[in-house]
Amino acid sequence: MSTVTDSIFLPATAARFDNLVTLYPVKRSALVPMLLYAQDEIGYVSDAVVAEIAQRLDLLELDVRGVLSYYSMLRTEPAGKFNVQVCTNISCMIVGGYDILDHCKQRLGIGHKGVTPDGQFSLEEVECIGACCWAPAMQVNYDFHDNLTPAKVDAILDDYAAGRGEDVK
Amino acid sequence: MPDVTLTVDGQKITAPAGTLLIDACKTAGIQIPAFCYYPGLSLQAACRMCVVRIDKMPKLQTACTTPIAEGMVVSSESPEIAQARKATLQLLLGNHPLDCPVCDAGGQCELQDMTFKYGAAHSFYQEPKNHREEQQWSPTVYFDRPRCILCYRCVRMCGEGMDVYALGIQNRGSSAVIAPNIPASQSEDGLQHLDCEECGMCIDVCPVGALTSDTYRYKTRPWEMNHVATVCTHCGDGCKTSLGVRQTIDGSEIVRGDNRDKSGINGDFLCNKGRYGFDFANSPERITQPMLKQADGSHKAVSWDEALRFTGKKLREIREARGGGSIGVVGGNRLTNEEAYLLQKFARSVLGTNNIDHHRTADYVTFAAALSGHRDRFASQHDNEKAPAVLLIGGDPTNEAPLTAWNLRSNVRLNGARLYVANHAQIKLRRQAKAFLEIAPFGYGAVAAYLAGDDAAAQSAAHDGENLGRFREALRGEGSLLILIGSELRGNDLRRLVEFGLALPNTNFALLSDYVNAHGAADMGLLPDMLPGYQPLGGTHDYSSEYGERFSNTPGRDMVGIFDAAQTGDLAALYLVNANPVARYSVDPASLSNTFVVVHDMFLTETVRLADVILPSANLYEKSGSVTNSYGDLQLVKKASDRAGVRTDLELLVRVADAMGADVRKLVPFGKKPQANGIRADLGQTRGAQSGEADRHAVWLTSNNLEIKLSPFDPFAVLDEIQRLVPGYDLLRLQLMSGNDQHLAPAAPADLVRIEPTRRDLVLPAEDTLFTSGTLGRYSPKLVELADKYTHEPVGIPAD
Amino acid sequence: MPTLVSHPDEVKVLSRRFGQGAANIDRYLELDGYKAVQKAIENGPEWVISEMKASGLRGRGGAGFPTGMKWSFVPKTSEKPKYVLVNGDESEPGTCKDHVIFLHDPHAIIEGTMIAGLAIGAKMGFIYLRGEYRYLLKIVEKAVADAYAKGVLGKNIFGKEGVDFDIVTQTGAGAYEVGEESALMESLEGKRGVPRIKPPFPAVVGLYGGPTVINNAETIASAPHILLMGGAEYAKIGSERNGGTRLFGISGMVERPGIYELPMGYNLKKAIYEVAGGVKGGKKLKAVVPGGSSCPVLTADELDVGLDFDQMGKAGTMLGSGGIVVLDETVSMVEFALRTIKFYQHESCGWCIPCREGTDWLKKTLTRFYNGGGNAKDINNIQYLAENMMGRTFCPLGDAAAMPTIAFVKKFRHEFEEYLGGTRTEKNFITTDELVGAAH
Repeated sequence: MSTVTDSIFLPATAARFDNLVTLYPVKRSALVPMLLYAQDEIGYVSDAVVAEIAQRLDLLELDVRGVLSYYSMLRTEPAGKFNVQVCTNISCMIVGGYDILDHCKQRLGIGHKGVTPDGQFSLEEVECIGACCWAPAMQVNYDFHDNLTPAKVDAILDDYAAGRGEDVK
Repeated sequence: MPDVTLTVDGQKITAPAGTLLIDACKTAGIQIPAFCYYPGLSLQAACRMCVVRIDKMPKLQTACTTPIAEGMVVSSESPEIAQARKATLQLLLGNHPLDCPVCDAGGQCELQDMTFKYGAAHSFYQEPKNHREEQQWSPTVYFDRPRCILCYRCVRMCGEGMDVYALGIQNRGSSAVIAPNIPASQSEDGLQHLDCEECGMCIDVCPVGALTSDTYRYKTRPWEMNHVATVCTHCGDGCKTSLGVRQTIDGSEIVRGDNRDKSGINGDFLCNKGRYGFDFANSPERITQPMLKQADGSHKAVSWDEALRFTGKKLREIREARGGGSIGVVGGNRLTNEEAYLLQKFARSVLGTNNIDHHRTADYVTFAAALSGHRDRFASQHDNEKAPAVLLIGGDPTNEAPLTAWNLRSNVRLNGARLYVANHAQIKLRRQAKAFLEIAPFGYGAVAAYLAGDDAAAQSAAHDGENLGRFREALRGEGSLLILIGSELRGNDLRRLVEFGLALPNTNFALLSDYVNAHGAADMGLLPDMLPGYQPLGGTHDYSSEYGERFSNTPGRDMVGIFDAAQTGDLAALYLVNANPVARYSVDPASLSNTFVVVHDMFLTETVRLADVILPSANLYEKSGSVTNSYGDLQLVKKASDRAGVRTDLELLVRVADAMGADVRKLVPFGKKPQANGIRADLGQTRGAQSGEADRHAVWLTSNNLEIKLSPFDPFAVLDEIQRLVPGYDLLRLQLMSGNDQHLAPAAPADLVRIEPTRRDLVLPAEDTLFTSGTLGRYSPKLVELADKYTHEPVGIPAD
Repeated sequence: MPTLVSHPDEVKVLSRRFGQGAANIDRYLELDGYKAVQKAIENGPEWVISEMKASGLRGRGGAGFPTGMKWSFVPKTSEKPKYVLVNGDESEPGTCKDHVIFLHDPHAIIEGTMIAGLAIGAKMGFIYLRGEYRYLLKIVEKAVADAYAKGVLGKNIFGKEGVDFDIVTQTGAGAYEVGEESALMESLEGKRGVPRIKPPFPAVVGLYGGPTVINNAETIASAPHILLMGGAEYAKIGSERNGGTRLFGISGMVERPGIYELPMGYNLKKAIYEVAGGVKGGKKLKAVVPGGSSCPVLTADELDVGLDFDQMGKAGTMLGSGGIVVLDETVSMVEFALRTIKFYQHESCGWCIPCREGTDWLKKTLTRFYNGGGNAKDINNIQYLAENMMGRTFCPLGDAAAMPTIAFVKKFRHEFEEYLGGTRTEKNFITTDELVGAAH
């Protein structure tokens, strides 16, 4: 294992990464989870994240970039503290998914992949998130919110804005 | 593998089991189209162009991933298949810019060819094409994203083929894109860039015009050039490079170098020097007029007549006044065999001196001596392609002999060859090695001794003694071994290593040298103590009777001896043919102030500046003849371009000899009988037994892209004599003429090849990198640009 | 938190522990948890495989390959380690069944993984969840940790010398394509989720080059139940060659959307009108996407069909992932087609030309069409494009995009034609802007 002396991550995350590479027969297997956890902490996958992960896994930065750009949840620009991801795929769409998205756009004053000026919220239209039977649905960071109505969305966003929202990581 | 038989389009074909359908078909003359498939690289099955119908299979199958099977029934063309291919092309063309009229690939584009074949002319789309600006990724590589069809050949070639891994894929779906290894966020200009070996293989394999080279892009169209396949002038591997040549007002200009038909010794490979390093030939700094040094030290252009007459007169006076022994001759490493041979013959038979040498980059004399009597043990470049085990001791082929490195990597990757690397440095090829032995500083001799059985040498051979032992054991365990030897091993060290190898059951050897014809220079006797074919002066040979009364059987001065003589005032004249010893050996210019210096050269090098006579000469791309690579593989050099005002070294030697009053017919056995040993071809006879011979010969020469030059300047006249007199040069003319390489090895009788124990090997490796090439490299703008960029190791190489 | 629903027609095998707190290992043990794996250890791999074969269980991911047979393909001996891989990368639009298994019965997946491992001789299993299921990963991670703590996982399981099994859990990071088995292996190996060339199939050369069984999470979770009740008993529940039950997720315009466990072969029309309570608000049903977005759409007249792999195949569609999406009369089929293709365009990995370019051109053409710029030729072109993707792509994603598209155009051609006449639905949610923005 590559030892990283001046990790950019918090000690707990760095320790988690040290452990992660030992779980698999091949340490490269840790790459996708590592990128997610790094993003959770830093807010996005920065050049520094790419560099440290490449070092930890003995990969070329080019390889890390190739993988990171493949997965739609990974981003190379900061998102809001609360990333609102509204599903508009078929099951959600036919029960009002786009209404929810429109509502979020108006409420937050931003469009798809936009970030509010205070950095609190960002918005994304996403593909199916696996909550079809409870549509329309959205995720705020990793948390699911389903059977949405515009009023329910307002309440949820109010909660996050007030620091009462859940934030599972 | 046993053979299996299958039916393709009603035709029975047979190939070894395990062969991929696409390859089996190709061998049988059935061409299956493919963009992503590339022999020797991993399979993609991504382009879906090679789909075929196989009986009993529900869907069309990709021929590139299907191994053949006994009794398989395949159809490779049908309306269904044509429609599948057409639909794929329609999809590609939807976004592909139709800038074929200006695209570099226009006229040699696989997408064009397939569209032509399958007629995907109809477009269904109204949406604008996705446009992206062209990007310059490196001094040599441009990327035009909309043209890219994402076949991933470049990515695989760079990674698997070159072991560089500078190209990758980013994003996915229709946003997927080939990406170089320096992201925009990390480059000074905010654009993406490549940090790599600049080999250009990515451009070579690109089926369309997505990757283009800086040297060629938007310069001309493929059909406006003459394509001449000749041998690269740079390193000792001797790759075939196809030069694209266009007429200009002062001759012709090389516009492109590439590996056009992949028919050469280098197969699929060509490095940056073979591809881009031709530009010195087009340099405005070329000397194109003869010049004589004036009293004030300046050089004045004169007529050829004046220059030659002056040179001949001066040399004759010096020979008469101070004897041939006062004249030194230094030849270059980029001359043809014919020129090298003629130079030493000119020296020995016209100037009357054995003070002959060249810049030696490997100890071929010891090598020939150590292996004398073992003519079958000299390895060819081709042995690298298939040898089951290879020991590479010394050298750094990745930088110094890129084809050798390519062949070794491919052999390891494709055939599972075992590569053993012993080196003082962590050379890149260790990444392919089964075992790597780090040799202690100056430890090559000790390693050779240890391998040969001298256990006492272990201490100074390597720091890791255990590894050393294991390394030797592993080598001894190989049933068949190819030993590639770097120039670090010379003299006795080289001899010991050869002894070690000869003690193993089945070992071949090759000694790696620098420049296109360093090996030929040695073979042709550009040496003070060796005649052509490693026949020692002072020994028994035919040259005494061949070279006339001025020939002496006493060894002359070597390179160091020649300049020592200059220092002591014993060197009256120095004749240099495309050599730059003043820079290479740090000669004090003042020491040559009383020496009459004649040079053939292209540029005003350190040496040329000191010359009394400068005769502008042609380079390898402007002449015909033959060269011999490090391995002894002989190849034909074809004249590609032309520069008004310059002459080949061969012609210059003949003219200077003529100006000295020598009998040119004795120097070059040209013309018709009864000239002794001359060419027998008849050019004028219209009656009798040989009538029509001239026509037939002319037709044959023309069909082989040769000119009839039955003149003293015809290199084949010299080659005739080489074939007749040089042991080992028992070559097949037809093989040479057809552009194929043939392997030659020294053949002087073992008891004749003796060398003095005190002999100086004088080996001075060129130490060229991927981006330098001796003195010549300095005059290649592209190589200079690349050398400036890469003052460090490319980042594209992953950790082990 | 997903709500649980229930209906008397349900046969609760897989879902019998749902809502009972079975994510807690003690509770799981009370509910016959980890008994099946012990039975498997006692009776050996061949017994397990024969029970699985007898059960008639077919892959619940959507392909419907018989699970017992898949397990039997793994070579008995192998130089490289063998692996079990659980595909929880549930991403097919309309599908959320694995979601509830991970949520309510994570130990069933662990137990199923162990059973598969025993059957093929693997000592290591991986449970791979889609990246969006982070909260479910936490649940599964806790279950795995509890299982280790109880000696259910690890070395000498249940005190049995030499019976070892380890499980590693992780998520992806947003890629539908990773649901394809070989792409999932690539992803698990830390690479781009691009499928591999087959053959070799995973059973021979899979994860890390070792023989690998890869099963959908629901398939794996069914295994313990099959061993407990016996393969033959399980088979009896379902229809011919389609053993057992499966989780059907009914979504869209129905009164009671939700996950229902119904016997294989259950009538689709009944599932919609009785189990899910019929079309919401008493509206008219227009169409049904029967098994996730890649399945060709059925019209209101085509619903009298049994929900199993064979009957759905005969009806010209697929059972797929069991995600039934019900469309009422207000849904525009043009819009629905566009939203479907927009998804596949977004998720195409880009490897092969027909899928990469085909989905992109379909999306572009449909977007223009949808926004009023269409012409009569477009309708044929859409069909031509889709038909020329079918069967020609590197992996099934191309087919998954082409099949529904062909069905939309063929079965609802009149709606496409009406679009040209200007009688479009009033509200166009999907704007070109968003489509461009949503692209990666």
